[in-house]
Amino acid sequence: MSEMVLLLVGAALVNNVVLSQFYGLCPFLGVSKQVKTAASMGVAVIFVITIASAVASLIYDFVLTPLDLQFLQTIVFILVIAGLVQFVEMFLKKSSPALYQALGVYLPLITTNCAVLGVALTNVQKEYDFVSSVVNGIGTSVGFTIAIVIMAGIRERMENNNIIGPLKGMPIVLFTAALMAIAFNGFSGLI
Amino acid sequence: MNQYKERILNGIIKENPTFILVLGMCPTLAVTTSAINGIGMGLSTMAVLILSNMIISFLRNVIPDQVRIPGYIVVIASLVTVVELVLKAYIPSLYSALGLYIPLIVVNCIILGRAEAYASKSTPLLAACDGLGMGLGFTIALTLIGIFRELIGAGKFFGMSVMPAGYQPVAIFVSAPGAFIVLGALIAVLNGLHIQNNGNKKVEGCAGDCCSCGKAVCPDRKEEQKTESQGV
Repeated sequence: MSEMVLLLVGAALVNNVVLSQFYGLCPFLGVSKQVKTAASMGVAVIFVITIASAVASLIYDFVLTPLDLQFLQTIVFILVIAGLVQFVEMFLKKSSPALYQALGVYLPLITTNCAVLGVALTNVQKEYDFVSSVVNGIGTSVGFTIAIVIMAGIRERMENNNIIGPLKGMPIVLFTAALMAIAFNGFSGLI
Repeated sequence: MNQYKERILNGIIKENPTFILVLGMCPTLAVTTSAINGIGMGLSTMAVLILSNMIISFLRNVIPDQVRIPGYIVVIASLVTVVELVLKAYIPSLYSALGLYIPLIVVNCIILGRAEAYASKSTPLLAACDGLGMGLGFTIALTLIGIFRELIGAGKFFGMSVMPAGYQPVAIFVSAPGAFIVLGALIAVLNGLHIQNNGNKKVEGCAGDCCSCGKAVCPDRKEEQKTESQGV
């Protein structure tokens, strides 16, 4: 049990997916203008990564390994993720229109979020079993959500500030991300 | 002939994927701890980009419109697997240095973006030139970031010590925060030059996320913008 807690905290804070592994930077830089949208994106990512890491782990163990087709993992995983995202979208649309309203527009964007594929491949590389894969998936996506929400909060404040010309736009956001990464380095003593 | 040259230059300068479009950030920041890793990643991506642009351009009249994105992804993922196996067999040192970021070339938005925005609408040769230009622009950007990070963070230039003996390497530049700082500084310098030359028009990056780069990659993009503007 304590191993799972360590894995969860490790994935969420110590090895934060965005700030130390650099997965999922595109939405982190792109969809972080407002806290509200950032939080919706985060929830959608938690949803998709958790399901995707579970499904990818099952497929790797019960389809690819018995058939000796491990080298096809990249192709298979990305197709599974793309299909899964589509399926989740259709399922939400039918079963929970309210949730679909909130998350719907973010779901298609997640297919190209490299955090999803990154987690699936990391799970395989580190030879995690099914439960560890899911826990790692949850931890990673929670870490993503924490990072993007903090970033959006900072950016909302920055809107009102007078930033010198060349630093406007991307550069100041990147510098903010650098300071956040330094702050998150502080978690490295946690486990 | 000019058309082809224009395509190549366009990728390197006018629409540089890293500095102007701000695309494909994950590999850009993750692998550029040294200049040689930057070149390796850039060239691997370029190989995939040229081939995928060509194949998709050949198949542009065969792939039905509704399933084009999954189709493109299969083409790209196959090519990435080929590159991965080639690197594993012939350049194992680079393979282990780049690690998971090689399979992650699949989700590099530059590739899907170019497939959607350019290759699916033009002839194979032009598409290949576009891939070459974009790939070169990406490689140059990654190498540049790698050079700065290696020089400041380890005091080395392509693995050779060049700094004076008393130089204390600033280790943070080869770890995660340094990547953000170097890229931010480089874009700021380019922005500064741009402002000097063209008045106060700032360089506009990838506005949404990966999906926006292809302009039409995801149909819901417009809807999202609409809801966002309503939210304001």
